[in-house]
Amino acid sequence: MTTDSRGTLLRWIFLAPTMLGVGLFVLVPIVGSLVLAFFRWDIITSPRFVGLQNFTDLAADSTVAVSFLNTAVFVVVAVAAQLAIAMLLAVLVQSRMPAWLRVFFRSTFFFPLVLSAASVSILMKYLFNESYGVINWALSLVGIPAVPWLTSPQWAMVVVIAVYVWQNFGFSFLLFIGGLAAVPQEVYEAGAIDGATGWRRFRHLTLPLVSPTVLVASVMAIISALQVFDQPYVLTRGGPGDSTRTVVMVIYESAFRELEFGRASAIGLVLMVLIMLVTAAQFRLARRFVFYQ
Amino acid sequence: MTRKLPSLARYAALAVAAVLTLGPVWWTFTTSLRPAAESFSLPPSFFPLSPDFSSYAAVFEQIGVPLLVLNSALVTGVIAVGQMITAAMAGYVFARMEFRGKNALFAIVLSTMMVPAQVTIVPVFMLIRGMGLSDTLLALILPAIPTAFGTFLMRQYFLGLPLELGEAAAIDGASPWRTFSSIYAPLALPGMAIVGVLAFNFHWNEFFRPLIFMISEQNYTLPLGLVTLQGNLGTGSISVVLAGVVLSMVPAVVVFLFGQRYLREGLTAGASK
Repeated sequence: MTTDSRGTLLRWIFLAPTMLGVGLFVLVPIVGSLVLAFFRWDIITSPRFVGLQNFTDLAADSTVAVSFLNTAVFVVVAVAAQLAIAMLLAVLVQSRMPAWLRVFFRSTFFFPLVLSAASVSILMKYLFNESYGVINWALSLVGIPAVPWLTSPQWAMVVVIAVYVWQNFGFSFLLFIGGLAAVPQEVYEAGAIDGATGWRRFRHLTLPLVSPTVLVASVMAIISALQVFDQPYVLTRGGPGDSTRTVVMVIYESAFRELEFGRASAIGLVLMVLIMLVTAAQFRLARRFVFYQ
Repeated sequence: MTRKLPSLARYAALAVAAVLTLGPVWWTFTTSLRPAAESFSLPPSFFPLSPDFSSYAAVFEQIGVPLLVLNSALVTGVIAVGQMITAAMAGYVFARMEFRGKNALFAIVLSTMMVPAQVTIVPVFMLIRGMGLSDTLLALILPAIPTAFGTFLMRQYFLGLPLELGEAAAIDGASPWRTFSSIYAPLALPGMAIVGVLAFNFHWNEFFRPLIFMISEQNYTLPLGLVTLQGNLGTGSISVVLAGVVLSMVPAVVVFLFGQRYLREGLTAGASK
């Protein structure tokens, strides 16, 4: 064998596991989803072609509509909170302080990210318990009556958002730390001469300079928030009522509880298109607001 | 004085954030060390002055925690090693070999990164059923080994290694396999570690796929087992559930302590693509 043909052989052997795997477990399923969305199928009886009915039914189904609305509220509030908290803490951590203290804070805020969302939701469920949870106990110390955290529709969404943000702000924080570290020190020194300090310095110097990082962080935060499942599933199972039911929960329930595989595929496709649209919109907006050095 | 005050406020804000971040985990730990009967009593105990390990014993005896841990370790370990190997191989080809259609193939791999798992879960479920793998650990392992993100990461890593090493080896008559196995692969180990640590962290904590694919309790992974357990057990044994939660956190904490650098590099690599 020549070196060339050995190289060709090696190349295909090396590519095979990844290409075959990606083909079989991602590409084929995407096509499968596209096809399945036009059928009604419960695995037991044979699939029946229903055209666009799965999609038109979605609009009429109140649970589906509510789940999209819940997800929209969740994404807006959770992502805004996640980015704001992460940015505030990143700016604070990157300001002047002893190195060991900076390492401590950085690691601390990063820590929840390595835990399992299911485990975190279990422990948070106990902390937010209405009658024996630590949070209501702490509130009672300052005279605030018990809050029905997981049993009232409004508060349940607040808890789902809080638990999600608690676990995920560290990711945006990590990106912001990197973005802030790349801002050249001279910019601040020049700004200081012109009297830019505090909030003005942040608004007119720091923020424009880290805007590319803010864009990336917000795209990634929105994409992952649109897919939220573990927290509402473990904390509330979507309740009370449908108040915390998210799109992915409805996909799961349609497919694996109600055996409506066509409907589940249709919702999944809508979600995928939504994710693509949001991403495209953000990059369009970026042209106007992001400042590239 | 004008400089002292803002810096005090700054430390106060950071301290509050740190307490809110670590507090729930610390409470979980101390409560898991209380006797089950006292686990609900308020005020909470934040310092385990007289630790009681009965909840940990209960977690092992009452619920099949050893089996859950074994399943999770097996699934996570095989996926992590599988991803490291397959991503290194594919990444190497995309970085270092020239052939027609390479860019198209790489674009296809990259594009699959944008597709959320929830969108393809129904057809994947059908495939798994068709392959006769329903309710086996392989149902979790097989689809998780091919990794677009890992391939992307390893390609970047190999691109960063000097081209001259491979050229010199080829001149000395080394085969393409030898050039890879004795020169580039050893140099790429840190990159493979990033892929492995990321895979471990993600799949150890994974909940969605196990919930769908695993039917018999003997095949449950740890997060799935804990959620089911928490639903089944009454409110009387929260410290037992929390002992399980603490156990589920141990490997994550180990990765956090010893592999944090890899984890950080891997997580932020996705942002700079």
